[in-house]
Amino acid sequence: MGLLEVKGINKRFGGLQALGDVNLSIEENTTHAIIGPNGAGKSTLLNVLVGKLIPDSGSVMFDGQSVLGRKPHEINQMGISRVFQTPEIFSDLTVFENVMIPCFAKRDGAFRMHAIESIFAERGIQEQADAILDDVNMLEKKDMIASSLSRGDKRRLEMAMCLVQDPKLLLLDEPTAGMARADTQNTISLLKEIREKRGITMAIIEHDMNVVFSLAERITVLAQGTPLVEDTPDNIKGHPKVREAYLGEAQV
Amino acid sequence: MSTYVENPSGTLKSTFLTLAFLFAAFWGSFLILRTVIGFSSGDNFSIQQYILQILNGLDKGSAYALIALGLTLIFGTLGVVNFAHGALFMLGAFVAVTVSNLLSLSHKVVDETRTDFLGNPLQVEVPYMYDLFGQAAGDVIIDWAVPISIIIAIPIMVAIGFIMERGLIKYFYKRPHADQILVTFGLAIVIQEIVKYFYGANPIPTPAPDAFVGSFDFGIALGFQANEIIYPYWRLVYFFFSVVIIGAVFAFLQFTTFGMVVRAGMADRETVGILGINIDKRFTIMFGIAAAVAGLAGVMYAPINSPNYHMGMDFLVLSFVVVVVGGMGSLPGAVAAGFLLGILESFASISQVIDMIPGINQIIIYLVAIIILLTRPRGLMGRKGVMEE
Amino acid sequence: MLGLEKKDFRLLLIVIGLTMLAPFILNPFPAGSEMAQFNAGYPDLMQRFVIFGIFAIGFNILFGLTGYLSFGHAAFLGAGSYGAVWMFKLLSMNVLPAIAISVIIAGLFSLLIGFISLRRSGIYFSILTLAFAQMSFALAYSVLTPITGGETGLQLALDDPRIFGASQTATGNIPVPALFGLEMRSSYELGVGSWLFTFNAGYYLAAVFMIFAFYMSIRIFRSPFGMMLRAIKSNQTRMSYTGLNARPYTLAAFVISGMYAGLAGGLMASMDPLAGAERMQWTASGEVVLMTILGGAGTLIGPVLGAGMIKYFENIFSKINETILHGWFAFLPDGLENVVVAMIYPFIGKGWHLTLGIVFMLVVIFLPGGLVQGGQKIAAAFRRKKPEDAKPNATEPAE
Repeated sequence: MGLLEVKGINKRFGGLQALGDVNLSIEENTTHAIIGPNGAGKSTLLNVLVGKLIPDSGSVMFDGQSVLGRKPHEINQMGISRVFQTPEIFSDLTVFENVMIPCFAKRDGAFRMHAIESIFAERGIQEQADAILDDVNMLEKKDMIASSLSRGDKRRLEMAMCLVQDPKLLLLDEPTAGMARADTQNTISLLKEIREKRGITMAIIEHDMNVVFSLAERITVLAQGTPLVEDTPDNIKGHPKVREAYLGEAQV
Repeated sequence: MSTYVENPSGTLKSTFLTLAFLFAAFWGSFLILRTVIGFSSGDNFSIQQYILQILNGLDKGSAYALIALGLTLIFGTLGVVNFAHGALFMLGAFVAVTVSNLLSLSHKVVDETRTDFLGNPLQVEVPYMYDLFGQAAGDVIIDWAVPISIIIAIPIMVAIGFIMERGLIKYFYKRPHADQILVTFGLAIVIQEIVKYFYGANPIPTPAPDAFVGSFDFGIALGFQANEIIYPYWRLVYFFFSVVIIGAVFAFLQFTTFGMVVRAGMADRETVGILGINIDKRFTIMFGIAAAVAGLAGVMYAPINSPNYHMGMDFLVLSFVVVVVGGMGSLPGAVAAGFLLGILESFASISQVIDMIPGINQIIIYLVAIIILLTRPRGLMGRKGVMEE
Repeated sequence: MLGLEKKDFRLLLIVIGLTMLAPFILNPFPAGSEMAQFNAGYPDLMQRFVIFGIFAIGFNILFGLTGYLSFGHAAFLGAGSYGAVWMFKLLSMNVLPAIAISVIIAGLFSLLIGFISLRRSGIYFSILTLAFAQMSFALAYSVLTPITGGETGLQLALDDPRIFGASQTATGNIPVPALFGLEMRSSYELGVGSWLFTFNAGYYLAAVFMIFAFYMSIRIFRSPFGMMLRAIKSNQTRMSYTGLNARPYTLAAFVISGMYAGLAGGLMASMDPLAGAERMQWTASGEVVLMTILGGAGTLIGPVLGAGMIKYFENIFSKINETILHGWFAFLPDGLENVVVAMIYPFIGKGWHLTLGIVFMLVVIFLPGGLVQGGQKIAAAFRRKKPEDAKPNATEPAE
């Protein structure tokens, strides 16, 4: 029984079958990559997992509980965090505040009326926030307004915001999209480090085969809304079906 | 947009369906009203009363529709929420006031043939129009001041629209909607106060041409008793005028290349921009057109309601409700909702209805807006994703 | 101090000082002098300063923090006023229960309207609040006349029950609102030389409430709750993917600001025990929007400054007429004098709304942080001139 069990998911948009009978199992303590050509349904699948889309049929179980029909914030509270393709951060707030907010969400739940207490008195939260900023090497930038960060820093900040919640499952939507080679390499090592140090289960949607094969322990290939194969990276590399799906797009 | 139908057979079919739907809606609402009113007060609600209420709703509905159309053009093309649009409507009405004042300007002439009661030669006011065109033609020109204002209002309003867009609005395309609302709200106050400074706070009666004074008896025309359905001529003129303007705007958008690009821009601004078409320039022109539409609505409204400096704000609030009910960004929605709410408002003003639900005439529009917004967030004909960030 | 950071505590002390000394500060010119018309230190106006200050502080908690622009906040102020006057009619002339009930009524009313309106955001939210407020206004004006007094407004009468007080005074008059016997309208006048200072009981009561309201708003701004509200304004997507439910946060902010409006309405009725429907009209809602943005939305002190400025303009600036202007420019040659007066006149006196509109537009265009931001920019410019003060901490958050 995996941490995340997707069974028989179908999703149509008008006449288009975006997802057809998708089955997927993500084991605890692995890095699982979902790859596939454009339009294969990767983003749709991700949106189903986080509650943004409701599938027409099928089931999604996370940690023994159904995810379907729950709102994004409820799913997050169950232990699923998401990193977006373009970083979603609180751009008007400082870096420090950006990291404190998920700490509060983790401690106090989806809503708490703590309107009189001072932020400055929340020592525990502040220490937590400092610690995670230290981990991603952003401690010296903690008083900057988030919108003034570089793109790479924004991504690291978003990562920190997800990590500080100590999620059971971290979903990453093309974490290296649009990055220069050096940044990509940094992200890979950052993710590796997270994986080793914290033992967080990760699901990565990615185009860049270099990233996929550096990180993934299991790979699922999606094509036209259906899983083609699921296997270890080594087996995927030589798989004829995968080559067919990509039509030589990825030179692995 | 789905309402623009491309193939002719489809046009025929949809026209027929629309007419059938309208007929069913009107007949259905009549039956409902008659039943409801009949139960409560005992006296029967006649078809004549019903027709009269629809007619009464038309002139206000026309004004709502014209203002909402302009608001939607601006919102749909430029993505700007224009709180100063009511002020443009008001400016149009004051163009009519100004033109009629100018046309009746006169100078004193000493009439040697007559004397006043002290025996001095009589001084008479002679309008300049008499000097220019002679007395008979001069009288006609003065009398027709409001229709003449239309010709003058078009260039003036377009110019005001250009200045507003180039001078202010264009800097707000990328700012949040709240900022757009606020800055145009400020602009509306400024325009309003300038008008107040020059024209004072009191309403200024601006009569329609004598030919349109009086009422048309629909009762006779439709085969009922005389005096049963009386409707002022000018309001009829206003309705037809607004139908013509609305038709012209739609035809312009439908049949010209310019309109096609603007419609494409309304649907997907970025793609059109990528195609290398200079939409900014076209949008400026669109703003001018929207301003002219609001201005003309105001010019022709002057005889119905004496213009005052805050009439714009009064109409603006309701027009925004109309736009929201019709669906943000939908032109047909704006027009349909304008007429619909105008007529609903007039139904709600029937005394038997007020007896049943006190105060309903005051709140009906807002009530409808709230219900629509909560059940159909995109309004009657709105598209997905408009203003929902 | 009082759970505040040093900087905020200093700001609170300044506000306390200014409000307590307002009768002196607002009356800088000797009575009877030519400049006395600029004195704002009379009870009526001072009361308005602080009451509208409360209104704007509350509005700022909603708009300044969450970015939800309500165009219907006057409805809560109006509801609070009606509630307070009814307490005067039924219970007693003591202002405390009246103020308490006005806060409660406005809170419940805003809970209802907020619950419905907050299902939508952006312009739709603005239109919904506007529609609700206009509906309340129309109903208060017509159908609800038995409760609201309709066109004439809700007034006290000699035959009101007032079960814990007297229906009428010994002399047969309607009693006046009081705090345990201290009449709200009673004033102590202090003459110093040719200066005259008025200390009004009503003003000081309202001022105490405003200081409390201001203090609470600092606490809210500096609380995790306040941070969540700013997060909502910044990015709702991230908010929900961080496991936070934005709806109850915005609703709580809406209700809190509604209660502030109710407090303002209750105080207004306590100073002058009548309530009219026009207090609910959308133009009144527009006024608080102007105040908050003019002063600086999202800043602590901005809304109070904005409220003070608009009320000062409305009551003092608007009184300058052409004759006074001619008096000022009498030193100029006649022709020039007329030209100058003709140029200035449209902007002052009765034309003050024009000035207000222009200033407001300029603020929205150039100073999104309002006058507070303007002040900070000026201060920063001065600081830059003195290099020895140029420290790296010049980029403090806008407060």
